[in-house]
Amino acid sequence: AGEGSGPVPGDGTDPPAPERVLFPPTFSVSEIKNKQRRHFMFLRWKQQQRKEKLALKKKRRKEREALGDKAPPKAIPKTIENQRVYDETTVDPNDEEVAFDEATDEFAPYFNRQTVPKILITTSDRPRGRTVRFCEQLATVIPNSHVYYRRGLALKRIIPQCIARDFTDLIVINEDRKIPNGLVLSHLPDGPTAHFRMSSVRLRKEIKRKGKEPTEHVPEVILNNFTTRLGHSIGRMFAALFPHDPQFIGRQVATFHNQRDYIFFRFHRYIFKSEKKVGIQELGPRFTLKLRSLQKGTFDSKFGEYEWIHKRREMDTSRRKFHL
Amino acid sequence: SQVVWSMLGNRQFCSYKMTTKTQNFCRNEYNLTGLCNRSSCPLANSQYATVREEKGRCYLYMKTIERAAFPRRLWERVLLSKNYEKALEEIDENLIYWPRFIRHKCKQRFTKITQYLIRIRKLTLKRQRKLVPLRRKIERRENRREEKALIAAQLDNAIEKELLERLKQDTYGDIYNFPIHAFDKALQQQDAESESESDAEREEDEEEEEDVDKREFVEAEDSELSDFEDMDKLETSSEEEQEEEEEAQKKASHSKSKGKTPLKGPARRKRPYIEIEYEEETEPSTKTKAA
Repeated sequence: AGEGSGPVPGDGTDPPAPERVLFPPTFSVSEIKNKQRRHFMFLRWKQQQRKEKLALKKKRRKEREALGDKAPPKAIPKTIENQRVYDETTVDPNDEEVAFDEATDEFAPYFNRQTVPKILITTSDRPRGRTVRFCEQLATVIPNSHVYYRRGLALKRIIPQCIARDFTDLIVINEDRKIPNGLVLSHLPDGPTAHFRMSSVRLRKEIKRKGKEPTEHVPEVILNNFTTRLGHSIGRMFAALFPHDPQFIGRQVATFHNQRDYIFFRFHRYIFKSEKKVGIQELGPRFTLKLRSLQKGTFDSKFGEYEWIHKRREMDTSRRKFHL
Repeated sequence: SQVVWSMLGNRQFCSYKMTTKTQNFCRNEYNLTGLCNRSSCPLANSQYATVREEKGRCYLYMKTIERAAFPRRLWERVLLSKNYEKALEEIDENLIYWPRFIRHKCKQRFTKITQYLIRIRKLTLKRQRKLVPLRRKIERRENRREEKALIAAQLDNAIEKELLERLKQDTYGDIYNFPIHAFDKALQQQDAESESESDAEREEDEEEEEDVDKREFVEAEDSELSDFEDMDKLETSSEEEQEEEEEAQKKASHSKSKGKTPLKGPARRKRPYIEIEYEEETEPSTKTKAA
């Protein structure tokens, strides 16, 4: 097979590659049967490619400088976020319809400050140690929350009891094989119920360089990237978990960041080192959620009216399409 | 019969027989006790009876010598009544003149079956745990996508940016006293115009800013509800802000940056307390704002 360049090594000593290696156009590295030779030729070929690429870059840069102001703008690299399929339910900040909807939906009493959030955290039957600890830590993060053990009670029975005792939200953490893997968030007086798949749960002791425990101060809330109508309502659900007035003395912030339909929850303590610099230190548990379904009423698996379900066959077909 | 048993039971191979260390079991569905014995083998006994249940109803199956030549009609089936005692009587009456062992074992088996049927009915009334099978490929795909989304999210940067935005928009009021911004602004305006006018201007600016914020019901860019939540904080703190800026001018000479040092842990917490006390000392009376 035509190798077309330089000496071929025999004893394992590689001679230095010549400046410009010429490969005949019909040559392909993979045709050489000898592995050592093939490897060597491949390395040569790779070096060649790299040189060419560098040369090309230099040329382009020179052209750019030569043109000066008239140079075409730099090309923006494509990212998944750039290429995202446009979702027609994206919320426009000035949309009146959305604003009207929000003024009259189930969270309106919260946002009008008529109700104070009170949260009940519970698990599925027989929680294991990790889930129990996670519930406790979650309870320290969310102010005004209480943890109760399930002990085999049916959700449909405890919901009216919760409503009677003035709870505004119910969180059920589902467990599988000793790790929490699902979260059901239900806004109580007849509010929407969201079912999430929870993953990468890290307890406080597993977080590196963590600070001290979260204090009792009411944290601030950051909600990022909830753009579509669905994302909007989910974002409001999360916001309704926390009391309205964050205590800035505590300098704690809870973040729900949505990226490509995954909602990352983090809990940090921040400090402003200067006007343009802020330092954050992670405390508290972290987890990621992925929305599975959103139901109109409270938790009811059989007769509930589903506002949105994740249908894998229809919704997972495109890599650039996201729903939150 | 004896011949059959001598072939299958002890010496040769019976496909229904399962041996374990201590016991031999019989997998034949018509077997009465489930063990592989001379008396319990349905193949070796030409007169045999069992109780089996189908869809919640119990039947008594009987096999007699007369029908040994017709395999299709071999097992005769009798439906037992749902009433426990009546069914026992029916078993007795059908198996009259049958060996004691078979009668007894049939009744025992029938009892066990009714007990487990009752338990099934009770359990179905309680909450059932639904097992959903995981799809490995999908799980792996989701995990991969989650990792990539995490990298793309750049959470720390996003949070820091958001916090700085909030600082700029004065949602924190006067807790963080970085007078540099306000000071520069004040200096510029002082150069241009007189003091009182600049004050009025600043007040107006702030009022306009807040009105604008209120009108923007839902903020664009990244976060939406943060500003809305902190709207009240804006109102109450704006008054203090105005005074603070005036104060900032006066304190121009000794504007020591009250920026906090990047200490972590308890040292960090001490600082804010001290600063707040300081600010409270110098706070004049608050103006009332026309809402």
